[in-house]
Amino acid sequence: MADNNDAFVRFVEVQKSYDGETLVVKDLNLDIPQGEFVTMLGPSGSGKTTCLMMLAGFETATHGDIVLDGNPINNVAPHKRNIGMVFQNYALFPHMTINENLAFPLKVRKMPEAEVQERVKKALDMVELGAFGTRRPAQLSGGQQQRVAVARALVFEPKLVLMDEPLGALDKQLREQMQYEIKHIHESLAVTVVYVTHDQSEALTMSNRIAVFNDGIIQQLAPPEDLYERPDNAFVAQFIGENNKLIGTVKEQHGTNCTVETEDGSTIEALAVNNSGSGTKTTLSLRPERVVIRPEAGRCPNIFEATVIELIYLGDHMRTRVNLLGHDDFVIKVPNSSGHQHLKEGEKVSVGWLPEDCRALDYA
Amino acid sequence: MVQAAQTFQVAEGMSLKAALAKAERRNKTRALLLVLPLLVFVSFTFLAPIAQMMFRSIDNPVVAGVFSETLIVLEDWDPSGAPTPPEKAYETLAAELARGYKNRTVGRAATRLNYSQGGMRSLITKTARKISRVQVGPFMEGRWKDKFLEIDKDWGDREVWATIKYSGDRYTAEFFLKALDLGYDWDKSVTAEPENRQLYFLTGFDSVWWRTFWISALVTALCVLLGYPVAYLLANLPLRISNLLMILVLLPFWTSLLVRTTAWIVVLQTEGVLNDVMMFMGIIDERIQLIFNRFGVVIAMTHILLPFMILPIYSVMKTIPPSYERAARSLGATPWTAFWKVYFPQSLSGIGAGGLLVFILALGYYITPALVGGPTDQLVSYFIADHTNRSLNWGLASSLGAFLLAGVLAVYVLYDKLVGIDNMKLG
Ligand SMILES: Nc1ncnc2c1ncn2[C@@H]1O[C@H](COP(=O)(O)OP(=O)(O)OP(=O)(O)O)[C@@H](O)[C@H]1O
Ligand SMILES: [Mg+2]
Repeated sequence: MADNNDAFVRFVEVQKSYDGETLVVKDLNLDIPQGEFVTMLGPSGSGKTTCLMMLAGFETATHGDIVLDGNPINNVAPHKRNIGMVFQNYALFPHMTINENLAFPLKVRKMPEAEVQERVKKALDMVELGAFGTRRPAQLSGGQQQRVAVARALVFEPKLVLMDEPLGALDKQLREQMQYEIKHIHESLAVTVVYVTHDQSEALTMSNRIAVFNDGIIQQLAPPEDLYERPDNAFVAQFIGENNKLIGTVKEQHGTNCTVETEDGSTIEALAVNNSGSGTKTTLSLRPERVVIRPEAGRCPNIFEATVIELIYLGDHMRTRVNLLGHDDFVIKVPNSSGHQHLKEGEKVSVGWLPEDCRALDYA
Repeated sequence: MVQAAQTFQVAEGMSLKAALAKAERRNKTRALLLVLPLLVFVSFTFLAPIAQMMFRSIDNPVVAGVFSETLIVLEDWDPSGAPTPPEKAYETLAAELARGYKNRTVGRAATRLNYSQGGMRSLITKTARKISRVQVGPFMEGRWKDKFLEIDKDWGDREVWATIKYSGDRYTAEFFLKALDLGYDWDKSVTAEPENRQLYFLTGFDSVWWRTFWISALVTALCVLLGYPVAYLLANLPLRISNLLMILVLLPFWTSLLVRTTAWIVVLQTEGVLNDVMMFMGIIDERIQLIFNRFGVVIAMTHILLPFMILPIYSVMKTIPPSYERAARSLGATPWTAFWKVYFPQSLSGIGAGGLLVFILALGYYITPALVGGPTDQLVSYFIADHTNRSLNWGLASSLGAFLLAGVLAVYVLYDKLVGIDNMKLG
């Protein structure tokens, strides 16, 4: 990661309040190096759009600095920021043709006509819509409009492009295809992208790093695989992917591990990540695919008896819900590998997991 | 391929088309039943009067009724030949005048003839009065023409007889000609009216028709200029403030037209509020005439029609998401460029709808100009009302009305051609 001071985009202690009473964004610090694809991911109302709007200049930060390429831009008007933006509803100008839409940012920059033509053509070719230049936006499909919106945000070669849920209106298949297209464009143009979504698989697919937002705070900023495999706190563990949550009290802390006693008196060996020492409550987080059925003796310190409640066949794996330590929403993913163990509903089975797969996190 | 060309058949050999028509017939019947009361209402209160107005604008029964026998005699007379008709015509007319004088129908005929030719009313009534006293008998044989000329020498005039002849047509285009300051000459060719009788069209820029047109256009333009910013505020201010503003815009709607118009009289009259204020502030040193003239008409009409401009523009602006302007800004447009190149073109259909509405309403405006305008500031509706209520020239009133209706339809069609009526959003 680049050194803080030459980060391309910096949020420094940024706060935002709309009504003067509640903070929608609380103390945001974020450094984005040039060329990175950063996604803001979080539940509805967590302040993602607000952050993007502050960066684009349509909202002012109540406190703190936003720095772009070394210059504070708090007092720079939106049209002077040179930031491309893709809106959720695309915001293609309905009274202009596709060509005119793409030419708009070039014309307001007083670019010579010949160059405008050339750039528009290049941008349309980039999104493979060369033949559609003379149509109106209403004559294009949702996916095509979306590509035009991306092309328009890029045609004036901004160094930074913001996208606020640009794929939200598309169906699943088209969305996945567009994810790859945007990703490829990002890679080939080396442009910095700040992307907002609340679809986590989209975030995981596309991003270099993901900032998980909740309640106006970045809960964790990390590459996709870290976020999934090494969540810092209970919110991230719960928000990203499927997660088994167990509540317990820390008995003893030894090295990187700790011993946790659950409500029904069982003890679990876990990796101490973000718990506040012995005697305090902690949330244990355990991914369903890390639970082993009928572990060999001596391999896992955590072995418990579980009762199978429900089996759902999902092709590549069997989603198995069991009752474990008094919780009957404990989920195990049993891979559909050759020679896998067949389970039956109501069957009692021993399950186990390694301490490093079970993370002791904060208790919210 | 062969199969595709075949018409589809459903059970019992009925073609698919017929089956569809049958299925839809019930729905259509039900729909028709639902709109039937309205249809009946509209045809009685709206379509029938319009049809009647159209009919009256060409209907011409009076002269044909009162002078029916004279008109038969006049059929053989060619005005371009002999300057006066034969003695037989004088004799028949004398009889009909006397009869008309007795049963009081001659006055109506005289009035009607006067529409066509100034001076005819007095000529006819005078002659009728005098001719009814003449003893009828064999001794009058061959002396009727002299008697008429004795009463008034105009009876030797080609034009008087020609007027009676063409005014006797059961159906006539004369009222339409009159509505454009035209009329028939003695040979029934179309000519301009004498200048002292011109009013509607031929007196140039300030004739009734032109005046109606340009005052409406001016009022429409003022409504756009004043209404657009208000609509913009309504659509873009926070809800709490814009609701208040909306009430202020709607308030005039809930006030009687008459009250609003008289309020302008209070404000604008020579001893009124505005003059007082301007005198007090020293802007003027002599009270100025602000009302009962063109200025007052334009001000009051603009005020009264303003909501009809604001609401359509507002309803269009409401549908323009703020993201368009933001997108334009993010693409490098200054606030003005973003407004002018992106926002304004999208609001044009609102201006079109509001403009159409205000212009059409203004074309037919009556009460306001009648109350705050001077005699030379009246629009065409005033003359329609005047001919309907006072001068009772219903033929002319109807033809003015028909032209007004045609004008409104023409504006509508023009708008449809230029903008497309289905782009219009109202309220
Ligand atoms: N213009 C505004 N005025 C007042 N409050 C606002 C405004 N815009 C957003 N908020 C509030 O700020 C909070 C954050 O909103 P924001 O739009 O940033 O959420 P988001 O993370 O983008 O949510 P979503 O995923 O639903 O788009 C919300 O509680 C919202 O109600
Ligand atoms: Mg949002």
